[in-house]
Amino acid sequence: MGNEIKITLDGQEISVDSGKTILECACDNGIFIPTLCHYAKTTNVGACRVCVVEVENARSLVASCCMPVSPNMVVRTNTPAVRAAQKMIIELLWASGDHNCLTCEQNGQCELQNLIYWLKLDQPRFEIKTPGYEMEENNTMISRDLNKCILCGRCVRACNEIQVNEVLDFANRSSDAKVGPAFDEDYIHSSCVFCGECAQVCPTGAITLKQAKFAGRPWELHKVKTTCTYCGVGCQMDLFTKDNKIVKVMGNREYGQPNEGSLCVKGRFGMDFVAHPDRLKKPLIRYKKDDDFKEATWDEAFKFIADKLSKIKKENGADSIAGLASARCTNEENYLFQKFMRAAIGTNNVDHCARL
Amino acid sequence: MAGLAATFGSGAMTNSIDEIEFTDLILATGTNTTENHPVIGMKVKRAVKKGTKLIVIDPREIDLVKYADIWLRQNPGTDVAVINGLLNVIIAEGLYAKEYVKDRTEGFDALKKVVEKYTPAYVEKISGVPAEDLKKAARMYAKAVRASILYAMGITQHISGTDNVKSMANLSMLCGNVGIEGGGVNPLRGQNNVQGACDMGGLPNVYPAYQQVANEDVRKKFEAAWNAQLSPKPGLTIMEMMDAAGRGTIKAIYIMGENPMLSDPDLQHVKKELQKLDLMIVQDLFMTETAQLADVVLPVASFAEKDGTFSNTERRVQRIRKAVNAPGEAKADWEVICGISNKMGYAMNYASAKEIFEEVVKVTPSYAGISYERLEKGGIQWPCPTPEHQGTKFLHKDKFSRGLGLFSAIEYIAPNEMPDKQYPFLLSTGRVLYHYHTGTMTTRSEGLSERCPESLVEINPADAEKMKISEGQRVKVTSRRGTVEAKASITKKSAPGSIFMNFHFADTSVNLLTNPALDPIGKIPEYKVCAVKVEAA
Repeated sequence: MGNEIKITLDGQEISVDSGKTILECACDNGIFIPTLCHYAKTTNVGACRVCVVEVENARSLVASCCMPVSPNMVVRTNTPAVRAAQKMIIELLWASGDHNCLTCEQNGQCELQNLIYWLKLDQPRFEIKTPGYEMEENNTMISRDLNKCILCGRCVRACNEIQVNEVLDFANRSSDAKVGPAFDEDYIHSSCVFCGECAQVCPTGAITLKQAKFAGRPWELHKVKTTCTYCGVGCQMDLFTKDNKIVKVMGNREYGQPNEGSLCVKGRFGMDFVAHPDRLKKPLIRYKKDDDFKEATWDEAFKFIADKLSKIKKENGADSIAGLASARCTNEENYLFQKFMRAAIGTNNVDHCARL
Repeated sequence: MAGLAATFGSGAMTNSIDEIEFTDLILATGTNTTENHPVIGMKVKRAVKKGTKLIVIDPREIDLVKYADIWLRQNPGTDVAVINGLLNVIIAEGLYAKEYVKDRTEGFDALKKVVEKYTPAYVEKISGVPAEDLKKAARMYAKAVRASILYAMGITQHISGTDNVKSMANLSMLCGNVGIEGGGVNPLRGQNNVQGACDMGGLPNVYPAYQQVANEDVRKKFEAAWNAQLSPKPGLTIMEMMDAAGRGTIKAIYIMGENPMLSDPDLQHVKKELQKLDLMIVQDLFMTETAQLADVVLPVASFAEKDGTFSNTERRVQRIRKAVNAPGEAKADWEVICGISNKMGYAMNYASAKEIFEEVVKVTPSYAGISYERLEKGGIQWPCPTPEHQGTKFLHKDKFSRGLGLFSAIEYIAPNEMPDKQYPFLLSTGRVLYHYHTGTMTTRSEGLSERCPESLVEINPADAEKMKISEGQRVKVTSRRGTVEAKASITKKSAPGSIFMNFHFADTSVNLLTNPALDPIGKIPEYKVCAVKVEAA
């Protein structure tokens, strides 16, 4: 980072770090500048130009996401020229795709929709021409509707700079430009590993999570912060639920470490097991070795176990009983489990599958 | 873990995940990071893109090889020889951290003596790693200002697993990399809360925070806290329990959320042993292969249906929170334990997971400063001894937990079962990106099964051609212990003469094949090496 310098932002003189961009300084000082292509921790590309501002003595409007501050810079974020440029850009983006919010899964959390509202636009001044791409629906995890793509490139940067999976890039030029895997393949036929980062960063409904479709509107979902249940990284994630069902999973960016908002395919798409019909729902007891399991109440199960364990302990000693704690369960449960084995049973025969 | 505990005094990842991205060199060995810890793999790749050097030591041509400056492809199970070779070059060329070795370590002379014979030429003979590549890697590692070692089960699942880990510690200490930001010896733990299960005393020889059961003062402390008389005798490890069940000295096993009938080596043997038990209690989400053998099966809540904490691979304690209700009558595991304990006359009454955690921190010094209130703001890395303490990003700064870092002089020993005329292929087992452990959760997820629906036998193109096996053809893999069938996947990921299989699928139980030979200290089975034959099915 650089030195402390003074700039004037919307009439206010403020001290800022010389290593920062205009956008970052505005953000730090509570001034809203709209963005679409900008995404923290990826390269600032200045592709969408929605973040333009006026800088005194500059030749034209500048993209605030790419422009570093300099001493005594005078910046205005809300002039008529700025707003006119922003409207033009948003209307062009609007007219270039099939942005039909009625059927769009992102309705209510679409950044393009939000900006149209913020700029108080009723309709684009240009004729709407959708590119007519076919929907990509041939896998069970991610849907792609390139008719809603605004070519901001966030997915490309997320894939290459955040996840470094190096699957997505731009292809073709001008109005034929599109994003996707090499050789215009579908995700399922490409080297995509379905981390879902592209869907997480997409500002519109172009890349969405397939299972979440028709499962609940954004404002109906309940968000619960938790820790992923798979590997030892401990990614922080948000489970979105509706009617007691997990609808989708997003990486949690608030906590930073360890995953800074990223997930892998297991965390993102591996939650179907929770609501799977195979889940056990009642205690089962096999009263004699060759019998079938019979459903039981919890009280019957606790009594059956307690009687048997007490008898075995009495006849063969506590060390004839062993327990496997679990690398899958919580700290609280592992603590109680070993306490139970040691204090209630009286043996140190407790281990788990750390070794496997 | 035993290996690191012996050398440093503490068995855990020494440094933090975020440091991986900001170090000068990463040495990754026995970790297929991009598949098994994808978010850490992502950070390794990001580091490389920013200029961090990467050395990969692995028999398989894993994804990270594409990003590596140097790839050493050793014969499976020859890790000690390769690391001793690196140590040999670094000492011979005087590239080691002399001050650090003098001030902070002991046992250097014995180490120097043992590694003398591991010249690059000698190591090439054992491991197949070209002498010149070994020298280059040694110099690159030694010259890095900060170097981080990452490893996982590819290092530990050998009969020499503990020795392998100690070798990693030797290398890191020799170049002064332990106790600095961006350095360290970093075991990547495979399961969400394997670190926590160990921290909480889910081990036969220790109470929470690795306090020894054999230590009388410690035991008295826990007897007072728990109001019970405790046994001074360390208990049995998982593999010893299975053997004892077979001999009839263990009569009952209580299993919480584990599936040894798919995860343990030599499954036919495990099954016979478990069937001899008078009582087997299993609590799980599903009717697993293990639950099918039980006398009582108890339905429990998944991670999304309860509150609690997990401790990740970098010692970070983090919350899980209830998002949905458990199905049917399923209860949280802790509620089940309380129910059994109360029926047996040992009172366990807690209103919530939080209440249990409040008891945990009283008897677990490394967690003493952590509370649910603090965890609302984000995870905390232990040791965190007081409520004011910020947690510990990296261990062993200025001083090792045991005082001086201990070099271990280690000789290479060959794996327990090597290929021969009858069983000419070497089988290694492990995980793939799309699945997890015994597959009970991932095989029930639509997307994951779509991307990876079945077990595959990864075989080198040259071997496949010799045996006239084509892509997708079913093959039979046989070891001295059993046979499984699966489709062939022809890939140069596998070295000639080696095959790789995952252990996720119950219908292709690769652990029917594996060798139950154990590391004598860590008691970890040698999943990474056994001898098999391969033929068209």
